Amino acid sequence: MTQPLLEAEGLEKHFEVGGGGFFGLTPAVKLRAVDDVSLSIMPGETLGLVGESGCGKSTLGRLLLRLIEPSAGKIRFDGQDITTLGRGAMRAVRRGMQIVFQDPYGALNPRMTVEDIVAEPLVIHGKPSGEATRREVRAMLDRVGLPARAMERFPHEFSGGQRQRIGIARALILKPRLIVCDEAVSALDVSVQAQIVNLLQDLQREMGLTYLFIAHDLSVVRHISDRVAVMYLGRVVEVAAKQAIYGAPLHPYTKGLIAAVPASHPSLRSRGRRVRIAGDIPSAINPPSGCRFHTRCPHVMPVCRERAPALLETAPGHQVACHLTEIPPG
Amino acid sequence: MIEAEDIPERREHRATLRRLLRHRLFVSGLFLFGIVAVVAALAPFITDVDPNRLSMRNKFLAPGGNWVFGTDGFGRSLWSRVVWGAQLSMIIGASVVALNAIFGTLIGAAAGYFRRLDTMLMRVNDALMAFPAILLAIAVTSVLGPSTLNVILALSIVYIPRTARIVRSSVIVLREMEYVQAAVAAGAGHWRILRHHILPNAMAPMIVQLSFLFAYAVLSEATLSFLGVGAVPPTPTWGNIMSEGRDFMREAPWIITIPGIALMVTVMGLNLLGDGLRDVLDPRLRIQQ
Repeated sequence: MTQPLLEAEGLEKHFEVGGGGFFGLTPAVKLRAVDDVSLSIMPGETLGLVGESGCGKSTLGRLLLRLIEPSAGKIRFDGQDITTLGRGAMRAVRRGMQIVFQDPYGALNPRMTVEDIVAEPLVIHGKPSGEATRREVRAMLDRVGLPARAMERFPHEFSGGQRQRIGIARALILKPRLIVCDEAVSALDVSVQAQIVNLLQDLQREMGLTYLFIAHDLSVVRHISDRVAVMYLGRVVEVAAKQAIYGAPLHPYTKGLIAAVPASHPSLRSRGRRVRIAGDIPSAINPPSGCRFHTRCPHVMPVCRERAPALLETAPGHQVACHLTEIPPG
Repeated sequence: MIEAEDIPERREHRATLRRLLRHRLFVSGLFLFGIVAVVAALAPFITDVDPNRLSMRNKFLAPGGNWVFGTDGFGRSLWSRVVWGAQLSMIIGASVVALNAIFGTLIGAAAGYFRRLDTMLMRVNDALMAFPAILLAIAVTSVLGPSTLNVILALSIVYIPRTARIVRSSVIVLREMEYVQAAVAAGAGHWRILRHHILPNAMAPMIVQLSFLFAYAVLSEATLSFLGVGAVPPTPTWGNIMSEGRDFMREAPWIITIPGIALMVTVMGLNLLGDGLRDVLDPRLRIQQ
C-alpha cells in the first residue's frame, strides 16, 4: 500500500470561549471544534468530508493546512511530520498544499488585480515579478478558463463562478499536490457549481491532484469523491468508499443524512423505513457524554451515554464509530 | 518592464480620482476647504497689514472700505488676523492628521494583528479615551504650557487612541478574511500580509477618519484658544479672535462672527470632503459606478 499524502492522527482543536472578565476571573469555556480526528488521504484521491454546519469540518480543513494551530495531535504531509514545523520550513511545505475557499467574494483581495492575486504565491516563493511570471499567470488563467485580459481587472468585475476560477488559479499556481476545497462550490448557482466541479475534476486528472472536498451538499460530494468521511460534532463517525457510504451506510447518523437527500423522482425513494434525525446539533461547548450522537440517535443504548465508541474498521476500508457495529449483534 | 507594471496601478488611481471628482458632496467640500487652504497658503501675499499691528485710531471699524473685515478693539485688521489664523489652523490640523496617520496606524495595526499586544495597547488606549476629548486636551496643554506646538501634541494625544481604535477594528475584521488566509496558506509572512492585504484595505476608513479628524483638530484648536489654553495671545488664531470679540458681541458683532464663519466653512468643507471620500473609497460601492 502506498503512503498517504496527508495523515492526521488524534487531531484536536479547542477554542477558549469567553473567559477573562474584569480581573480575568470568569473561567473560559472550551469549545471542542475538532476532537480526536484521525484520517488519511491517499495520493490522487478525492476524500469528501461532510457534516452539518458547525460540525468542525472547515476547522479540520484549516488544521490540516496549519492555517490554525492544532491543540493536540499530529499532521503528516507526504510522510513528514509538519505539526511543529517553524515558519520557514512550513513555507516550503505550503508549496505542496493549497486551499480553495467557499466565499468567492471574501477570498480575493479587492485591491489587487487578478494578475497580482494569482502571482502572489509565486512571488512569495521567490519568483521575481516579470515577464516569466506574467506568462505563467496567463497560462494558469487559461487553464481555469479565464481570458488573458482578466489579468488587469479587479475581483469585483467578475461573477461568482469566475471569482472561484481565480481562486482555483491562485491555489494551483504553485503546482501543489493537495488542495483543500472548503465548501468550494457551496456558494454558487447549481449550473455554475457543475462547471466548477467539472473544472476541478479535469484539473485533478491533468495535474494528478489530491482533494479534500469539504461540503454539506451530499450529491456534489457523491459526484466528486472516491471516499467520504462523515463528521458529527467534531468527530469523524464514518469513513468509507463512496459506494459504501451512499449504498450501505452503517452509522445511524450517516443513514439519516443519506435519507435526507431528496430523490430526483418519487419512485427512486428508498422503500425501507426512512431514518429521521430529529432535533438540532448539540453545542460543541458542552458536548453530550459518551457517543456524541446519542441525543438524536434512534438506536440509542445505555452504553452510548457512557462510553464514546472508537472508530473501528468493520470491513476493509470501512470505518465506523458506533456501538451498534462495535458490539457483535445478538 | 517597470512601465508594464505601473500601468494598472496608475489607471486605478486615475479611476478613483475621476469618481471623486464626479461626487457632488466631495467637490463642494473640496471647494470650501480649498478656499480656506489657498487663503491660508497665500497669507503673506494677500494681507498688507501685520495682524498684530495696533492702531487705536481705527478700533471697532465695521467691515468695508479700507478694512475688508473691519477692525477689532485694538484696531487690528481683522482680515489679516483671520487669514493668518487660517494658516495656523491649517498647520495645526495637518500636523495632528499626520501624527495620527503615523502613530494611529502603527498602534492600531499592531494591536489588531498581533493579539498578544492587543490587551496592553488597548488598555492604555481606553484609559486615554475615558477622558472627554477637550478636557484631556486642556489638561495636557495646562501641563505643557500654552503654545502652538503643545496644542498639536495635546490634540494628537487626544485623538491618536481614537484613530488607533478605528484602524484596529478594521484590522481585526480583515485579519479573518479568506484572502488573508489564502496568503497565509501561500506562505506569506506577517509583514507581507499587513502591507499587501490588511493595510491597503484598512486605508479607506482611515482616510475618512483623518478627514473628519482634520475638522475636529481645527475645531478643538479654536476651542482651546477660546478658553485661553491654546496658542498665546496675541497670536492670531480663530479661537483667540473669537475670545477677544466675545466681550463686544453687541457693539462689534463682526469680530466674533467672521472667524466663526471661517471656522464653520472649514469644518463643513472637511465634513463634506470626508463624506465624499467615504462613498468613493469603499470598494464595495465601486460596482455601481
